[in-house]
Formats: sequence, C-alpha cells, structure tokens
Amino acid sequence: MTDTGGIDDRSFNASSYQGLLDAAKADPNITTAYLQSTTQSDYVPNINALVQRNCGIIVTVGFLMGDATQSAAKAHPTDHFAIVDYNYSPPLNNVLGLIFNTAQAGFLGGYLAAGMTKTGTVATFGGMKLPTVTIYMDGFYDGVQYYNQKHNKNVKVLGWNEKTQNGTFTGDFTDQTKGKEVTQTFIQQGADIIFPVAGNVGLGAAAAVKQNGNGVHMLWVDTDGCISAPQYCSIFISSVTKGIASAVKTVTLAAANNQFKGGNYVGTLANNGVGISPFHDFASKVPASLQSELNQIKQGIINGSIKVASPSQPTS
Amino acid sequence: MTLLAGEPSGGQAPTGPEQPLREEGPGFRQVFVEGIVYGNSVTVTALAIVTGIVLGGLLIAFSDPHVLHRWAHLFSAPGAAFSSAWDSASSAYSAMFQGAVVNIHSVGKAFHGGSISSVFSPISETLVQATPLILASLAVMLPFRAGLFNIGATGQFIGGAFLAGWVGFGVSLPPVIHVVVAVLAGFAGGAIVGGLVGALRARTGANEVIVTIMLNYVMEYLLLYLLGTAYFRRPGRIDPISPLVQGTARLPHLFGHGLRVNAGIVVALAGAAGVAWLLKRSTFGFEFRAIGFNPRAARTAGIDIGRGYTQVFLIAGGLAGLAGACVVLGTDFTLTPQVYGTYGIDGITVALLGRGAPLGVVLAALLYAGLHAGGVQMQASTQTPVDIVTVIQAVIVLFVAAPPLIRGLYRLRARPVTSETRATPTITYVGDP
Repeated sequence: MTDTGGIDDRSFNASSYQGLLDAAKADPNITTAYLQSTTQSDYVPNINALVQRNCGIIVTVGFLMGDATQSAAKAHPTDHFAIVDYNYSPPLNNVLGLIFNTAQAGFLGGYLAAGMTKTGTVATFGGMKLPTVTIYMDGFYDGVQYYNQKHNKNVKVLGWNEKTQNGTFTGDFTDQTKGKEVTQTFIQQGADIIFPVAGNVGLGAAAAVKQNGNGVHMLWVDTDGCISAPQYCSIFISSVTKGIASAVKTVTLAAANNQFKGGNYVGTLANNGVGISPFHDFASKVPASLQSELNQIKQGIINGSIKVASPSQPTS
Repeated sequence: MTLLAGEPSGGQAPTGPEQPLREEGPGFRQVFVEGIVYGNSVTVTALAIVTGIVLGGLLIAFSDPHVLHRWAHLFSAPGAAFSSAWDSASSAYSAMFQGAVVNIHSVGKAFHGGSISSVFSPISETLVQATPLILASLAVMLPFRAGLFNIGATGQFIGGAFLAGWVGFGVSLPPVIHVVVAVLAGFAGGAIVGGLVGALRARTGANEVIVTIMLNYVMEYLLLYLLGTAYFRRPGRIDPISPLVQGTARLPHLFGHGLRVNAGIVVALAGAAGVAWLLKRSTFGFEFRAIGFNPRAARTAGIDIGRGYTQVFLIAGGLAGLAGACVVLGTDFTLTPQVYGTYGIDGITVALLGRGAPLGVVLAALLYAGLHAGGVQMQASTQTPVDIVTVIQAVIVLFVAAPPLIRGLYRLRARPVTSETRATPTITYVGDP
C-alpha cells in the first residue's frame, strides 16, 4: 500500500512496489496488488480493504503509516505486515519493520560531495522533517565534516545543521516547483553539489541543476538515479541508496514460504542494505584517491572505527 | 466614499439607498449563484451523474491493457472486444458498489457464521468519508446563499481540527464532557478563522475569495509550525505529529468497534438540519438570502449587510471547524501537517453538486463519499487506478456547473425562471450589463 506519491514516484514507493514485483518474478505463486492513498485519511480504510482480501503479507510504505499499521496489526493478529521506514518498540509479532541506517550511506555521500566540490559549498534539503529524511542529511553533514577534518578544508553545508537539527524543507514530497526554487537559491549561494532528500521533489532540483549547466552536480537519493531518472544521469555524481526493494522482496518471499518473522530489519553498509551507487558518467571524473578513501571509510564504518552520529539512527 | 470602501461597517445603522454599493447590478456572482441554486433541475443533476459514470466506465474500459488488446482485433472478433470492455467496466463498478454500499459475498458469509460487521463496513466507510464532507460543504454552501464565495474551508477546517485536537490531548476532563467541549472547541476554532474573513469583508470590503485563499496558506503553515514546537509534538518523536487524543475526547463509535462510523455523522446531519432551519425559518436566514439575492435591495429594506457578512462567515467557519473536529476526534486521533486532506476543496464541488441546499449537500456528500470509499475497493480488487474516481467526480461537477452542456446533450429545454422557482422577485438578468 503506497503513500500519496504512488508507485511511480521514482523513490521509496516505487522501490517498495518493485520489491513486490521482484518477489513475484522469483516465485510464480505470488500475486501482487497495490493501493494508492490519496490523503492521509485513506491509510486506515486502505489497510482494511487489503486485510479483507486475505493478503499473505501487506507492505505499508512510509513512516506516516506507523499509527495506522500498528492498529491494523493489533486488530488482525493473524495477518502479516511489513512497514517500510518504521519500527516499533517493543516490536510486534506480526509486523516486520524495515528500517535503514542511511546515515552511514549519507556519510559516504557527504564525503564524496566534499571531495568533488569546486566552490567549497555543498547543499542538501529535505521534503518533510521526518527522521527518515533527516537521517540522510545528518550523515551527509557528518561526511562533509569528516572530510574537512581529514583534509584541513572548510567545505560548507547549506540546508542542514546537525547540531541544531534545523534546515531547509520544501513541505512535501510531490511539488517539484519548490524543489526547483530551493535549488536555484542554493546555486546562487555558491553551492555546486546538491543532495535533495525529497522523493519526487528532487526531480525539480535536477531540472534546476540541468538548466544551470556550468559545473553544478547532484547526488540522487533512495535509488540509483541513473536507473530511476535516466534523463538526468549526466548530472548525478552518484546516488545514496537504500535497499528497500531487496528488503521488501526478501520479506515477501519469506511470507510466501511461511517463514515470516516479525520484529525489525535494519539495513546497513555491512549487509548492503544501504550504500552509494556506481558513479556511471562520473567514473572517470572521481579521482582514484577519493574512490579509495571512500572504500576505506566504508570499511571504517562497518568495523566501527568511524562513528556516524545521527539522533535519527535506528537503535535496534 | 470610494467604491471599495462603499459598504457600511458592521454595527452601523443601515445607510440610505442612495449610497453606492460595490456590486452595481447583477454581477457574475449573482448570475452564477442563481444558475446553480435555481437553474438546475433534479433531472439535470441526475443526468450529470449518469453521464459522469458512463464516461468513467469508458475510461476504465479503455485504460485496461487487456481490453485494448481485444479491440486491436475488433473486426475479426467484435463480440470479444465489446464484451471485454463491458466486463472491465462492470467489474470495476461492481467492486466500487461493494466497497461503498454492501458486499454481497459478505452477506452470504454472515448467514454462515461470518462477521456481521463486514456486511456493514462498506456503508460505514461511506458514512465516515461523508461526515467531514457534509460539514465542509455546508461551510461553502451557506455563504454561497448570501452571495459570498468561501474558498477557505481548508483554513477553517485546520482552525477547528487544531483547537479540537488540542482540547483532546492537552486537557483532561471527565468522559462525555470532554468530547463535547472538544467538538465545541472545533466549532470555535473554525469560527475564529471564518469570522476574521467576514469582518474583513464587512469592514474593509476586502474580497473574500482572495482573503480565504490566502488564509488557507496561513493556516497550513501555522499548523506545520505549531506541530514542530516541543509543546505540540508527540514525546519521543522528532517529526511534526501531535500526541494522541485521549480516549475520553474521542467521538464514540455508533455500532461497535468493528465499524469506524462514529458520532461525527450525527454532528454532520445535525449541522445540515441546523442550516436548513436557519435558512428557512430564522430571521438570520432570511437576511442572508435577501443579501444573496440583491444586496442593494436588502440594504434598502433595512438589513445590516456588514453584520450579515460577518455572521455568515462565523457560522460557515464554525461548520468547517466541526468537520476538522470530526476527523481528529472521530478517525485520525492525532494532528499531522496534512490533516486537512482535500476536504475544503471537495466541499466546494459538493456544495455545487448539492445545488446550494442542505438536503442536496447531504446527498451529494454521500455520493462523493461512496465514490471515494468504493474507489478503494475498486483499486484493491480490480487494480483500476484510484484516479478514475477523481475523473468521475470532476465530470459530474463539470456538467452540474454547466447545465447547458447537459441540456444540449439530452435536448432538454431550459427551466423557465418563474416566481415559483425564485423565492423573491427580482429582475431577470441575462448576463452582465
């Protein structure tokens, strides 16, 4: 069941549905269906409609459905649910929370951006101030600071401050015009790498970046931008990804084989649940030294020698 | 006295007839209002609905890849092409009916030990959807009858939802009293926002269309800001979401916990009855309608127009606020930055469809709610995109708002405007002079 963005938002709703389709491809006994919400008031009736269809597993997409999924799961203890981007403490027996420590991947993205900027200013903004959004921005911010510390540089981050937890948000995940406006403002302030964490709104940012042309680039979010928005591949240095599709596929297959288990799944760099995508068009433009530093940092985060501190990090 | 400031301020004695009014002669508003309220016969409305449903059915059929495939072989197998189109549309609509009114399969199951609540859950969902729609469209309809356009039901909804929610989670009161106080707070919250519009219109002549649209933005961002402050944010969360409304402030379920239908629908129907009484039987209502028919004549007759504008918007805002209260206290139990949904905008179309009468509004809201609730079921069981529902709704409203289209389509004659179809005699206008 998707949020208002629908299955073609090129972001987390699309990834979740892709996970279902992948599962159906892997196991021909699985049939899939989806419901799109038009407003937040649709969450409860939509979940109820799916419950009445006796689904093997119901995947709800997004943090905002936390309350609705919880009450449905309590009312129907024999049905199985998975929720993307949310977890319950204490965990529920019939819900698997799929959460992702994207601060780790955002850290790599921030380090990459700091290493690639020419103007010494990079920028990020979010769709709404939700933990699943700000966790990316925290990681990005930390990554830039880590680069500054290592290389004695002073790369500035616009749009987010981890200490005050304040920054720039467009207010939703659908209005591309706002994404364009915010991005143009950042470019005027000297930023040459933009990292939107805002679903469809990021497409507006990409339009602004492409329009501007000279030397401004982007990092895409959630999925590999060169696959989900190929028209903008030439401006994407890389993408900070979150393995929603593979996590949804895994839990769907498990449910189909009667191996469903409630609780929480946390995607990390270590289990490849989060990461940064290949550089595509930038493979030759990202210096080899920077690429090897990124690999070292990845190992450092996995073995714990580099700490990523984000208040939004999943704890379980 | 300038044209814009040409109206008496609220509380002043009625001014003489020789003073210029802002609206000289029948403006666009008057013609439009009369066209909707008196120009549309029941036949036109019914035909508009039928046309919308037929067009929607064609859209469902021809957006189905399976059907399109059959139509590619139209000349070799015409029967298959038509029957597949029929199957696609009829299965979508039957799913919609099952999601909005009653599911035949669950009735059968109920006789064999199935749950009773699943028989009534479709109609319960329709009523739940209809509750805020009825109230929001009453908030549009009432000013409409006084010749005013209320585009601000969204902002007034937010005002009501916010105060009702605040009383719901921030105050502890005994059961029954708590929910009553919370609902009244919802009315007050909406009335504050609406009253502001009415007062501005009355005192400064500010165009209420502009003011209400702008106030919608003000309220949306005010809500977002307030939910971001520590006081209104749920403990343990960093995203803008309020604490849950306490159990004592929730509107009671009418038919047990299995069905979501709650006392909100009673509030909505009472609101509709109240507005009907107001318009038909009270002095207020008479004044509102008189202002709507002809502000200049109303003033000449000694009606304080400024006070009338303010009162209309106070009550309308309160009704939209009640819609917000019913959503927060009846189904959502929490405030989020998107709590207002699309009720304010849908309220405008429902008010038009309801032809500006309370009973019409209730029926139109039920139709809209049924389409919405049924749309969920339609998407769940036939995977027809829920957007088709929006198209059907839009087509219906298009035809209702433009009666000549329907009359032309079905070769109907225009309804003659007589003293019976009009409550008070005024000059018959053809258009702007």
